[in-house]
Amino acid sequence: MAYALQQLINGLTLGAMYGLIAIGYTMVYGIIGMINFAHGDIFMVSAFIAVTAFTLLAAADVTSIPLALTFVLIVALFFTSAYGWAVERTAYRPLRGSTRLAPLISAIGMSIFLQNAVQLTQGARVKPIPPVIEGGVQLWSTPAFTVQIGWSQLLIIVTTVVLMIAFTWMITQTPFGRQQRACEQDRTMAALLGVNVDRTISLTFMLGAALAAVAGVMVTVYYGVVDFFIGFLAGIKAFTAAVLGGIGSLPGAMLGGLLIGLIESFWAAYLWAEYKDVATFGILCLVLMLRPSGLLGRPEVEKV
Amino acid sequence: MSTVVFAAHGMTPAERLRDAGWIAFVAFILGVPLIGLTTVDVGGRLAVNTRFGLLAAAVAVAFGGRLALRWAFDRLAARKASRQRAGSAISRTQTIANVLGWIALGAAVALPIAFSDNRYVVDTATTVLIYVMLGWGLNVVVGLAGLLDLGYVAFYAVGAYAYALLSTQYGWSFWEALPVAGAIAAGFGILLGYPILRLRGDYLAIVTLGFGEIIRVILVNWTEFSGGPNGIGSIPRPSFFGLAFTRSAPEGGHSFASFFGLEFSAMHRLIFLYYLILVLALLTHAFVSRLRKLPVGRAWEALREDEIACKAMGMNTTHIKLSAFAIGAMLGGFAGVFFAARQGFVSPESFVFTESAIILAIVVLGGMGSQMGVVLAATLLVLIPEFGRNFAEYRMLLFGLAMVLIMVWRPGGLLAHREPTLRLAKAAGGEQ
Repeated sequence: MAYALQQLINGLTLGAMYGLIAIGYTMVYGIIGMINFAHGDIFMVSAFIAVTAFTLLAAADVTSIPLALTFVLIVALFFTSAYGWAVERTAYRPLRGSTRLAPLISAIGMSIFLQNAVQLTQGARVKPIPPVIEGGVQLWSTPAFTVQIGWSQLLIIVTTVVLMIAFTWMITQTPFGRQQRACEQDRTMAALLGVNVDRTISLTFMLGAALAAVAGVMVTVYYGVVDFFIGFLAGIKAFTAAVLGGIGSLPGAMLGGLLIGLIESFWAAYLWAEYKDVATFGILCLVLMLRPSGLLGRPEVEKV
Repeated sequence: MSTVVFAAHGMTPAERLRDAGWIAFVAFILGVPLIGLTTVDVGGRLAVNTRFGLLAAAVAVAFGGRLALRWAFDRLAARKASRQRAGSAISRTQTIANVLGWIALGAAVALPIAFSDNRYVVDTATTVLIYVMLGWGLNVVVGLAGLLDLGYVAFYAVGAYAYALLSTQYGWSFWEALPVAGAIAAGFGILLGYPILRLRGDYLAIVTLGFGEIIRVILVNWTEFSGGPNGIGSIPRPSFFGLAFTRSAPEGGHSFASFFGLEFSAMHRLIFLYYLILVLALLTHAFVSRLRKLPVGRAWEALREDEIACKAMGMNTTHIKLSAFAIGAMLGGFAGVFFAARQGFVSPESFVFTESAIILAIVVLGGMGSQMGVVLAATLLVLIPEFGRNFAEYRMLLFGLAMVLIMVWRPGGLLAHREPTLRLAKAAGGEQ
């Protein structure tokens, strides 16, 4: 029981990170209907930026943890959004309105490019940083097992919840959110009504990248190691999460992320750890077969 | 679109400078965290190194590159505009592709004769042909039936492992194992395809991607079956009608060299392998071209164009999709068998997602559905990393960049034509 509770906490932490990345996929898919394959690598770039920023702070003898975290978050948000913008501008915008496959191939190329660019400029070795936040609270102690929630886990879960609320507010209440949803429904009509579609799409990419940046900083804080290959698997799982929750749906992405995180940690804890990736994909296949529009997605009616 | 606008009014030098300055600024922002700063390991702890010289160089390159590119684009657009005014812009892609095809075939047959002592050239050409074959196989699924498959490498892996296991465990020869491995791969195609083929395009893509990863993870972890990460070694090489390519002839028999009275040379086997894959690829080509003209092939193309219309016409879309999946998988399996026989060694390393991406890139870059385009794209994508080998670290970087640039330059693929393979003949005498 205690062990299961611990797995629940670990799963929620993992799920929160997947959920944050999944939102980037789901928003981009919602607005331009493409799988932004390079999104996982944007996340990886942000983790590297976080490592550099943390190391800079350590060199500058900054010891206040809240200050350090705020600084790193701002830096990562800024640069990662710039990457999100640049990727959209160079690799996807020229292809808008062409076949469905063209932007996907371009995205795969971009993903390979980013991975190798980081490998070249930052080195292929794993980058470890000293733990930023240590310790935690003991929730429940049995003779056999102690359930503990680390401060970093708590931070991740709380940040994610706060971001989710802020994000939902932004999409439902602000002018930008309205424009974003308008473009999602009908780009031509939105353009006719005076919405700057290109700008909205660029902003969507930047926002997705910003959320991925938060996830990147969290991964750095939580695991303390990054390498240039983390983007691939995280990206695939986050995309799986987005599809699981119903692609195009924001709460769906979050729910899907949580589910994937939970499935992964419980599967690894109770069944075969080496097959945890198989579990993720297997469940994805099952859900798609039984409910192709995802858990919270609207079934798409195709009109002739 | 933007190029047209710029070409219409022309840019003043000040505008050009401002434009390039903006790009340089973006390059600076993007460059700071990755190029300008880097973390290095100093005695177990990370320390930050600055490389502002390199960053400045990158920004300068971006500035100069943008100026030059803009100028080149404007020139091109102007030329295009004047040519369009002059008229005569009839597309001759089809005839060019045909002529190119015969030239390529001639070159492919002549290549080992011309380079009979150059191991590197023959090896690279063999790799190109493997990718051509894989591309043609995937072309059936993606280009003809319009089903996006991101896990094609799984069938390649199934073929390779099927041959590896059949030959090392049961002593099957290459020619015995080839059809069986193809059938196994096709079986996997049906097994995967049956439950998922009613999914829409992108869901299908992600599930096939998942399937590819599942196969790889199983190959890595199921050590008793597949040898795990170490793979399976000492796979027997194919022989020339029973004549092995060995230095010394077996007891009471002949090797290839002794039978034909030739001096033994390691190149014989390579050239034989080259011709083997060439024949396999040509058979694939003939097979696929033939299929395109049969009802099933026309059904694929109809499905690609409009699934709802197909259903309305009473076509069984599940069966049509399954047949495309199975045939694509079978061709991938054949390529896998050849791969295993050529390498003599298989391991999960060879079947990662990047491989699927490369094969898909070949199909899409070539222009979906275009057989000749696949050849062109496969040659390009194999040769780009090969030329990059001199600066080895940059080859995958260049590869990714090339994929983006080719797509942006020609979104429809290098040889894009999306015409039905068959047309109704003009009704004679004005009858309907």
